Amino acid sequence: MALPFYVSPEQMMQDKAEYAKKGIAKGRSIVAMEYDGGVLLVADNPSSSLYKISEIYDNIAFSGAGKYSEFENLRKAGIQHADLKGLMYSREDVTARSLANGYSQILGTIFSQELKPFEVELLLAQVGAEPGQNELFRISFDGSIFDERRFTVIGGRAETILQVLRKTSTSHIPSLVEALTQCIKAIEQVTEQTMALEAMEVAVLDRSRSGRKFRRIPQAEVKTLLAVST
Amino acid sequence: MNDPRKFFPLSLSSALCSSFFTYLQTHRPEMTPAYRWAQSPSCFGHSKMCEPASASASHILSHGTTVLAFKYERGVLIAGDRRATEGYQIADHRMEKVFQTDEYSAIAIAGAAGPCLEMAKLFSIELEHYEKVDGVRLSCEGKANRLGHMVKANFPLVLQGLVVIPLFVGYDLKREAGRIFKYDITGGRYEETEFHTVGSGGKEARLTIKEHFRPGMTEDEAIRLALRALSNAAEEDVGTGGPDPVRGIYPTMKFVNDAGVQTVDESRLQATWNELSAERGTRN
Repeated sequence: MALPFYVSPEQMMQDKAEYAKKGIAKGRSIVAMEYDGGVLLVADNPSSSLYKISEIYDNIAFSGAGKYSEFENLRKAGIQHADLKGLMYSREDVTARSLANGYSQILGTIFSQELKPFEVELLLAQVGAEPGQNELFRISFDGSIFDERRFTVIGGRAETILQVLRKTSTSHIPSLVEALTQCIKAIEQVTEQTMALEAMEVAVLDRSRSGRKFRRIPQAEVKTLLAVST
Repeated sequence: MNDPRKFFPLSLSSALCSSFFTYLQTHRPEMTPAYRWAQSPSCFGHSKMCEPASASASHILSHGTTVLAFKYERGVLIAGDRRATEGYQIADHRMEKVFQTDEYSAIAIAGAAGPCLEMAKLFSIELEHYEKVDGVRLSCEGKANRLGHMVKANFPLVLQGLVVIPLFVGYDLKREAGRIFKYDITGGRYEETEFHTVGSGGKEARLTIKEHFRPGMTEDEAIRLALRALSNAAEEDVGTGGPDPVRGIYPTMKFVNDAGVQTVDESRLQATWNELSAERGTRN
């Protein structure tokens, strides 16, 4: 009888992590940043119909980086979970925190039990009633969950973009125009490319809207916003 | 919590469907009204033994009463009275029977109050769910069909006397026109070209509308006609509540047009009602 190969658990986890990280780093980045009226999400996305940012519930937005089929399934499962919870309890009981927990459980289980880990990184944003009450969660491929303040980045060279943002951010909460230019500048600086208007996917969770706060900002509007800033 | 498939109840590997209602039916049947009631017929058990369930249930449960919809120059007006009854008692003076279901559609329901409200709620979640999952809104026709499926799924309840008859209106962005859909208890879907009414006072309201309807009415004319039809229905039908200026209760009215759904202000209804009353002299 042939002796089975022995691979130490450490080695196996490390291999899986490396594999997942590689997949995620191949993609492009998505930045979320709090601004005075809510939360802004900017994605570097050349496709105008395959969205990376989308709405989960009244005040919650979702974004995924990495393998499209994987984060798309997670997105749909999240919408189902949120709608079901809103129906069972009430709309205000659907929170990004509980969703983030659910995602963390799923990704954690898949990472440790399946042969191939999910090559995804997720971002959940929830806009609060007041500027200080927004929530940003980042969930990585192994299910680890990070509760972020002010801004966060997933996908591509996320860590480098984060560093740039940390340097450029000021203590005051930026306006929408300021936040948008900061995000775009940070992405451009790291990728060393200028972002074409067509490659920008921009959406906001706008606190002033009643009911569903999520809104995509169309290209024309992004153009005017950017024109104001210069 | 440890089993992800329990937490996010669909297996992640399977293709997820865009319909929330279908999802409930297959994965959470206990959350759909028909299943729940079908599982527990004993809630009417005592009366079921001595008389048909349909007769007993209609006594026990509150019923929504007159709702109507007709076209006007920019789209559709949809309106409903505010009274809910339980047998010979008035259960509620200020019930809402007309609901906005998404940016370009609204629904009005007549029938047993509980299942009615639940269907309206489920239907609006259904539309929102589709929009979020697929990234686009359903077409007007698609929404009307979806509602037909939900009415059909409600059929077990009908057998127990819990009838839900919706009236659906939407603005069709492709055709650039307002549309009206009516349903029968089996989920049959029929499109109306000009107007329709549902409920115990529906016949009176329909006669009034038939008499005064003309294509291309203005907003003001539409409000007048709807108020007139609902107050006529209230005069002839015990289940329908007319405008009540003393307590400030007026029908719910919504316009569905190219700009979306707008609820008619109470002050506007009050002013129009005062005009109508003055014209009719002491008869109000």
